[in-house]
Amino acid sequence: MEGETRVHIGSEIDIIEARERGRTIGKLVGFHPVDQTIIATAISEIARNIIFFAKQGTMSFEVIAEGNRRGILIVAKDSGPGIADISMAMQDGYSTSRGLGLGLPGVRRLMDEFQVISIVGKGTTVTMKKWVAHYD
Amino acid sequence: MEVPILKQGGHLIAAIQAALTDADLIRLQDALVEQVGRYRSKGVIIDVTALDVMDSFATRTLRSMAHMIKLRGAETVICGIQPEVAFAMVQLGLTLEGISTALDLEEGLALLNRRTVNSNQSV
Ligand SMILES: Nc1ncnc2c1ncn2[C@@H]1O[C@H](COP(=O)(O)OP(=O)(O)OP(=O)(O)O)[C@@H](O)[C@H]1O
Ligand SMILES: [Mg+2]
Repeated sequence: MEGETRVHIGSEIDIIEARERGRTIGKLVGFHPVDQTIIATAISEIARNIIFFAKQGTMSFEVIAEGNRRGILIVAKDSGPGIADISMAMQDGYSTSRGLGLGLPGVRRLMDEFQVISIVGKGTTVTMKKWVAHYD
Repeated sequence: MEVPILKQGGHLIAAIQAALTDADLIRLQDALVEQVGRYRSKGVIIDVTALDVMDSFATRTLRSMAHMIKLRGAETVICGIQPEVAFAMVQLGLTLEGISTALDLEEGLALLNRRTVNSNQSV
């Protein structure tokens, strides 16, 4: 599993495609089934935000290694409206779309590393990582 | 992918077969709300065994589905949430508060049968 793969996010079908891609890579890297589901769920939230708020974007997946640990890096990019107040958007229950407002804060809880960079009028980049946990 | 809706006894069973798009979920919602009236069903089971992800949209839609079905006079039981899915939902912060759940289809049917018998007796 070398390099990165990219999925264009432009419709609801792509959300399913992206999370299946994430699950497949997660399995190859050696993630526990619970963590594969966690990764797929995080992807689903972030991809849906792209569709919902930015209409389209891309999501790329990469296997990463650091010392003797391995993991997955997922970067979601769009050129949508951006987020004016990120700290607000990261709060449970904050939504501008009558959603549950759980997507961003929930994904932060699901992943090991999570970062949102957004410029109003330019777009949003969400970067997230998860490391394979060793249950020993 | 269209979700088949089966009729068993007085109940409707929505047997989800594979991952659903948002549009599929909305179609299922419309079909169930309509069929509860058409078949005068007292109970609905939504079997989510085949769903490998339940994100905020799916959870929100299932929740409103159950509430709409309630307003139409029937009970909803969601059954078959997989252990990994339950784990991810809790960490994400998603709940199905106020909605009946069951381990699998068999338990779901048993729960509905008890409920609908009781409500028949009380009227
Ligand atoms: N890619 C994006 N582009 C622009 N705004 C975004 C993007 N992602 C999130 N947001 C903003 O951040 C808010 C919070 O996002 P979050 O995913 O937490 O909640 P939601 O999508 O509104 O509801 P939920 O995800 O629970 O259905 C959104 O309501 C929206 O205003
Ligand atoms: Mg969201």
